[in-house]
Amino acid sequence: MTIRRYTRNEMAARVARDIPDGSYVNLGLGMPTLVGRHLASGREVILHSENGLLGMGPPAAPGLEDPDLINASREPVTLLPGGSYFHHADSFAMIRGGHLDYCVLGAFQVSAGGDLANWHTGAADAIPAVGGAMDLAVGARHVYVMMEHQTKQGEHKIVSRCTYPLTGAACVDRVYTDLAVIDVTPRGLAVVAMCDGLDFDALQRMTGVPLLRSSGAATAT
Amino acid sequence: MIDKVVASAAHVVADVRDGATVLVGGFGTSGVPSELIDALIEQGARELTIVSNHAGNGDTGLARLIALGRVRRLVCSYPRHKDSYAFEGLFRAGKIELELVAQGTLAERLRAAGAGIGAFYTPTACGTDLARGKETRVIDGRAQVLEYALHGDVALICADRGDRWGNLVYRMAARNFGPLMAMAARCTIAQVREVVPLGALDPEVIVTPGIFVTFVVPEARVAAARSRSAA
Repeated sequence: MTIRRYTRNEMAARVARDIPDGSYVNLGLGMPTLVGRHLASGREVILHSENGLLGMGPPAAPGLEDPDLINASREPVTLLPGGSYFHHADSFAMIRGGHLDYCVLGAFQVSAGGDLANWHTGAADAIPAVGGAMDLAVGARHVYVMMEHQTKQGEHKIVSRCTYPLTGAACVDRVYTDLAVIDVTPRGLAVVAMCDGLDFDALQRMTGVPLLRSSGAATAT
Repeated sequence: MIDKVVASAAHVVADVRDGATVLVGGFGTSGVPSELIDALIEQGARELTIVSNHAGNGDTGLARLIALGRVRRLVCSYPRHKDSYAFEGLFRAGKIELELVAQGTLAERLRAAGAGIGAFYTPTACGTDLARGKETRVIDGRAQVLEYALHGDVALICADRGDRWGNLVYRMAARNFGPLMAMAARCTIAQVREVVPLGALDPEVIVTPGIFVTFVVPEARVAAARSRSAA
């Protein structure tokens, strides 16, 4: 049976399904922003943006962009009825103070102990820029990561120890990849779900650290 | 009579000294005090320390101030954008110093300065390169890093409306660092879209009370319209 990897959209839909209604959520740059599309209709999940928005709505329609109403990626957005504006210290009090239920972040690497590396490749000539990533990593009550299971070169991204500079230590709760959903537990990394056509042994071969079979794990979409 | 409204941005930035620490508000396209930055460029102060979330973009505003070699040190959370080449070039050449600060820590250090708090412990950045060399301790079972208050000599911020007492309200996400920088500097200059009469701002919704503001400068196009109507 051939492996049918989760598409980015399927990964985003799954994350959206796993976030309960009523949650306060921050979606990071890149793949995590896709989650917003799956939260739109019929759901009441309140989106936070670091630059001072709570109750952030969908992207602004063409022609209705306002330079004063942008998200943390500087994209024009909207505010839902009930939304609010606040300054940066309040915004990060929401994050750091443990008021935010979930954040979903991209990553270069996640370690078996839940360390996260997502802000810097460590390359000598790279311009370092951190933004709100370190605050989100330590502050949100649940930190979910969305990333490819391996790099394009086939290197492991789930590793025993991150080789890239850390964003936060022991902060990741769950990883969604194109192959599987994996929980970071005190006993180790537990497989929650795998894509169609993949069995545990095959997944283990494609993962840099030992995995645990979770009792509820099954091939699931 | 207290009147903090000054029509000329050039006038209010005239006293910025070489080597001053200048807090510059704004996040992306929102809340950037562009007319005040332009006035600072014209004014000529050098060896500045700039505190800003970003390093500016393209060839204007903060990016221009940096490109002109007027900034010795940047305290910043996210200096990397596709058009932040002014900073990138000087940084790679070793001609500008960077103090990288996590965004929430940057905000809180400014708030602490404004609130008279010397320093605080935060879990953000613990165990990362940004905590290297900093004092840490375990509080409530959690490792935390000591971070110091971040004061400015001058703050340049952008608000939506202000009155002659310096009370300010902002617009949407343009609020960002404005209220924090206003508190954290000895001299706070607010560029506003509109100056309104005292009492026109609802006291229930004033975001920055005038005590934190030194000067209110109407945006030039507003000032121009005003002088036309007076004439």
